[in-house]
Amino acid sequence: MSDRIFKKLHILADAAKYDVSCSSSGSNRANKNKGIGNANQSGICHSYTEDGRCVSLLKILLTNHCIYDCAYCVSRKSNDIERAAFTVQEVVDLTINFYRRNYIEGLFLSSGIFKNADYTMERLVSIAKKLRLEHKFNGYIHLKTIPGSSDELVHEAGLYADRLSINLEIPTKEGLKLLAPDKSREEMILPMRYLKNEIIRTNEERKVIKSTPTFAPAGQSTQMIIGASGESDKHIILTAQHFYKKYHLKRVYYSGYVPISYDKRLPEIGTAVPMVRENRLYQSDWLMRFYGFKAEEIVNDTHPLLDLDIDPKLSWALRNQHAFPVDINKANYHTILRVPGIGVQSAKKIIMARRFGPLRIEHLQKLGVATNRAKYFITCLGFQQIYADKSGTNIKQYILAQSTSKYTKNNSQQLTLF
Amino acid sequence: MLKTLLYDGSWTGLMTIVFCSYEYKWQIATIQHNAQYIQSGLFVTTENIISDDDKAKRVLLGLEKKIGIQGIKELYYVFLSEIKHRELLILRSISYYFNSENKPNLNYANDDILQIKKIVRSVSREKHRLKAFVRFQKMKDGLYFANLEPDFNVLPLMVNFFKERFADQKWLIYDLKRHFGIYYDLDQVVEVQFSNTFNSDYIAFHLDDEELRYSYLWKHYFDSVNIKERKNTKLHVQSLPKRYWKYLNEKNLL
Repeated sequence: MSDRIFKKLHILADAAKYDVSCSSSGSNRANKNKGIGNANQSGICHSYTEDGRCVSLLKILLTNHCIYDCAYCVSRKSNDIERAAFTVQEVVDLTINFYRRNYIEGLFLSSGIFKNADYTMERLVSIAKKLRLEHKFNGYIHLKTIPGSSDELVHEAGLYADRLSINLEIPTKEGLKLLAPDKSREEMILPMRYLKNEIIRTNEERKVIKSTPTFAPAGQSTQMIIGASGESDKHIILTAQHFYKKYHLKRVYYSGYVPISYDKRLPEIGTAVPMVRENRLYQSDWLMRFYGFKAEEIVNDTHPLLDLDIDPKLSWALRNQHAFPVDINKANYHTILRVPGIGVQSAKKIIMARRFGPLRIEHLQKLGVATNRAKYFITCLGFQQIYADKSGTNIKQYILAQSTSKYTKNNSQQLTLF
Repeated sequence: MLKTLLYDGSWTGLMTIVFCSYEYKWQIATIQHNAQYIQSGLFVTTENIISDDDKAKRVLLGLEKKIGIQGIKELYYVFLSEIKHRELLILRSISYYFNSENKPNLNYANDDILQIKKIVRSVSREKHRLKAFVRFQKMKDGLYFANLEPDFNVLPLMVNFFKERFADQKWLIYDLKRHFGIYYDLDQVVEVQFSNTFNSDYIAFHLDDEELRYSYLWKHYFDSVNIKERKNTKLHVQSLPKRYWKYLNEKNLL
């Protein structure tokens, strides 16, 4: 092993870090052949970076050489940076040796595009193939599909990878055209559609023929860069919903844009990363995936932007006071789930616990409900709703006055004295 | 008459206690580990309980009917938590379970049960974390070795995970706090105990030639993926509590 590998790892990990997807969940690959590794349904984070993000997979680029010139990307052709490329064997060795020491759950492999899409994709696939077949590796593999590569290669990738993804990058067609003139939305969506169909087809086949090889068992995901091209939250959330519905995506990731270039089309260097907005988008995403909300309930023409000072569920509740108060001891699960301050876990606990007797507000507090928010929207034993006639604006003020957001420090105009 | 019960500190022992307390309708003041026994108060008699597989099994069978395997698992987690007075909490809850119908372990409004759920959460969290935070070091003889010091006694809960995952390499995980380890010899996992633990010099001397390079590569990788513009120390420490740093090479190497 040469010192060159340290350098390569530095360059190619550094270039891959802006891809936020790092999950290793959703696959249940057993270690059946006394090989190495398995994949865990819930996924495991092996470490956390100083910015607080999870490190689960060895996330690297195969190379940061690229023929494209996307303005938002560090690896863009016109950027004057040091370039490097791993060999197939180097990536395989790093993955296996990191995995054996329990540093990682597997590999997340992406790449700049060199020569052409197929040439690049072929190399990504050969790494996954080598890991699976030669090293009997059953850990997690996430491959980034290169837009424009052939169906045959994408198919082969699906046979060895747990998850495949194609990044949408810019949520709007126009934005993409402006910032990534070499790429087209259609070219990105084509393989997504192909993947969706293959995943459905192989799942059907597996129901009949057990020995059908798995195809991307953890599904496909995508990523959108937020705050680079002036898109609205409404646009982002509706786009996400569209992709969940039409392409059966497992996850949509939102990546607050970190300014990396002096390009006039982009926010200038030093502009703050839109972290709060990114957080609100993830909260909205959760509302759609686990709370039964439709995108149009969260954002619409009269409310196109997410509130930054309160979470989207509270925001929805304040705009829909006619749906409240909810009787904790009578309402069904889905109704309870819509109460601000009550999450999936506490909603389930409430349903179970109330079989043993009616619940009081102290009970709710003990089993994890954020009563400082919930109390404006519920009734329960011994608790009358006295805020029902107050306006949404009033309730919002009460709640804000009582809570301290973890982001207050970032937003505050006030200097702290001590 | 109030009683102080002494037992061997094992799960079977504790289940035997449950059996006896029902059989003889004891009023129990405290339950203590044989080795840690100090003294009982006035008006309290002491009883030494000898672990009995059959009695324990009968208790567990009865429990399974009331609260299912999942419910028993919760009690076992509380037992492994090593939290003070856990035995009495377990005993009290079991008696509540036997006297109620309808999966009583789901009554989140009951204080004991809430406390159990809370402990289960802490133990599960640590179990999950340690699956992630174990850092093996490869030794010259091919053994992958790791030290750790968990707050709770979670090593017994991790045996299957590591056995299934690292099926083709020998490994050993040692709990320095409780002085025992689990060792996989490519076939099965056994419990081991060292008379004196490996000190860092000994480990360093016996490391595989490539070990340090991979360790540094990992540290290097860890530093490279950090986005400085997004620094968030609070979140970092919350996810990666400082008490675990000692055994994480990415936080240790200079």
